[in-house]
Amino acid sequence: MMKKALSLFLAAAMCAGMLAGCGGGADTNEATNGDSGESTAAAFKIGGTGPLTGDAAIYGNAVKNGAQLAVDEINAEGGVQFELKMEDDENDPEKAVSAYNALKDWGVQLSLSSVTSKPAEATATENFADRIFALTPSASSTAVTEGKDNVFQMCFADPNQGTASAEYIADNQLGTKIAVIYKNDDVYSSGIYEKFKAEAETKGLNIVSTTTFTSSSATDFSVQLGEAKAAGADLLFLPIYYQPASLILQQAKSMGYAPKFFGVDGMDGILTLEGFDTSLAEGVMLLTPFNADAEDEKTQSFVTKYKEQFGDVPNQFAADAYDCVYAYKAAIEASGATPDMSAEELCDLMIQTFPTLTFDGLTGEGVTWDSTGAVSKSPKGMVIQNGAYVGM
Amino acid sequence: MTFLSYLISGISLGSVYAIIALGYTMVYGIAKMLNFAHGDVIMVGAYISFCTTSYLGLSPLVSVLLAIVVCTVLGIVIERLAYKPLRQAPALAVLITAIGVSYFLQNAALLIWGSSSKTFSSVVGDWSIKLFNDQLTITGVTIVTVLACVVIMVALTLFTTKTKLGTAMRAVSEDKGAAQLMGISVNSTISLTFAIGSGLAAIAGVLLCSAYPMLMPTTGSMPGIKAFTAAVFGGIGSIPGAMIGGILLGIIEIFAKAYISTQLSDAVVFAVLIVVLLVKPDGLLGKRVSEKV
Repeated sequence: MMKKALSLFLAAAMCAGMLAGCGGGADTNEATNGDSGESTAAAFKIGGTGPLTGDAAIYGNAVKNGAQLAVDEINAEGGVQFELKMEDDENDPEKAVSAYNALKDWGVQLSLSSVTSKPAEATATENFADRIFALTPSASSTAVTEGKDNVFQMCFADPNQGTASAEYIADNQLGTKIAVIYKNDDVYSSGIYEKFKAEAETKGLNIVSTTTFTSSSATDFSVQLGEAKAAGADLLFLPIYYQPASLILQQAKSMGYAPKFFGVDGMDGILTLEGFDTSLAEGVMLLTPFNADAEDEKTQSFVTKYKEQFGDVPNQFAADAYDCVYAYKAAIEASGATPDMSAEELCDLMIQTFPTLTFDGLTGEGVTWDSTGAVSKSPKGMVIQNGAYVGM
Repeated sequence: MTFLSYLISGISLGSVYAIIALGYTMVYGIAKMLNFAHGDVIMVGAYISFCTTSYLGLSPLVSVLLAIVVCTVLGIVIERLAYKPLRQAPALAVLITAIGVSYFLQNAALLIWGSSSKTFSSVVGDWSIKLFNDQLTITGVTIVTVLACVVIMVALTLFTTKTKLGTAMRAVSEDKGAAQLMGISVNSTISLTFAIGSGLAAIAGVLLCSAYPMLMPTTGSMPGIKAFTAAVFGGIGSIPGAMIGGILLGIIEIFAKAYISTQLSDAVVFAVLIVVLLVKPDGLLGKRVSEKV
């Protein structure tokens, strides 16, 4: 009896697992099936890895959806055709390498690298060794592109954000005494902090308090905020993602501490956080390449379509992924690449083509790349007013 | 004054650990198994409360009661399906199963509620007590959590020492075979333990998310591990030990951050744990049970 119950449970669990698998992959499958009839041979296979489940799943799924939207649009136009495949890496470098290998078996020709920095550092090494060109939408650590001629970034690298933030604060005289809270077990956050500190020194900004937290202590910020308050900081720089930032805002309010808050692109998403009291974020400033409330036609149409198809307001990750696919399209058209080329031939072509491109996308106008793979685009300063971004 | 305000933060963090640790220690004390899925039952409890208040518009109190009911049922079902068949299996097999259940719950939550995090609105409300010209703030959540902790601790202690069912539980924890011979139903006693432990998890989840309102499928795992540490620190199996261990752990963590370094706070917490366990291997209030051969 007991065995029967157990086996029933296991069978049920397995079915659930299979259904889950189908649920997650359904949209990709449909899309690829849709074009495979006429254009399997004529489509470029692009693929990437990202956290589709787990802690960071919001980023992986945003990239997957953003890229899918771009692929569908491009395929519907005719001309260059794409086939997209995203594999789950759970934000784990080892799993990212297995996911990368699965993509290689599938025959990936142009890679989207990985969504998050640590896995991307691992897969970029493989991309370099296998001569498969990679353009990462969002892995912003410099180690991703460093020393690899065929790995490019769509997002600006961490150091740029740190430098740009310090410049922005100094140029606009936003604060005289600055406190920083960063996440020291995260390359994204600590990378931005290092550059911010260096630039702050040259600009003569006064950093009065620097405190940290880690994934395991990302709940209570009373000490960090207490130190910043005691040091009399009038601006709090938060080079972190929006989830811990939302806790910081809430705890700062409950202790009656109201400095100016300044965030980076990871802060993007705080307004769409379900249940979050947006009045807490009133006056928060941030540098971000993408703003879902922007009035231009391109952004509007992207946001509407994305909402229709996936039910969410797209974040910066989705926009970067969307731009990646269009950047590939532009590079393919400029270089005359064809889908029957091998990954290695395409790689050489892309390495030559990308530094010559000037690309207009959702996340920037006149975007260019240098031969190291770093992108040049300028972050926009935004401030949150009445629950919406307003350009500064 | 800063010392006092850090002490209050420490108690506030520690009381959350304590309330989770109570559930851990309860199940370990009776069933002698480490239920690593406890942290994830907490997360389910918090989601149930979140959904009933935000989507169904029920009052916070009703949502907490619903969360308790759902988690209790969930606890019984988990025990029946995943742990009961392994009653005769080695402890290691049960431990691994518990880790499996933990992943199962996390991924089920991911499928049901999605990966994006949600901000939990406090069930306690937004009030706080300000002392010394607003220099000290004690939030309502802290007060409620500490009170809940004390009430639960006293209730559990009375339950296990004074009632018939509680006596049966202690008998099962000492010797399952002998308890069975004395006419105690071992299976239903262990089921009851899980029901109580999971009901407590629901309360812990709601209070955890009221204090630190970030809700995602992995919300329960890190506090779960810290609370497990707290339970070991206080002497696993001991009900007052779990409470003391939890609160001390919270205070040590905050003081380490404040007076040593924010970078080293976790290292300090665990260094203290190692020292305590070296001096008192059974934790602060743990009892040494000698195995009879």
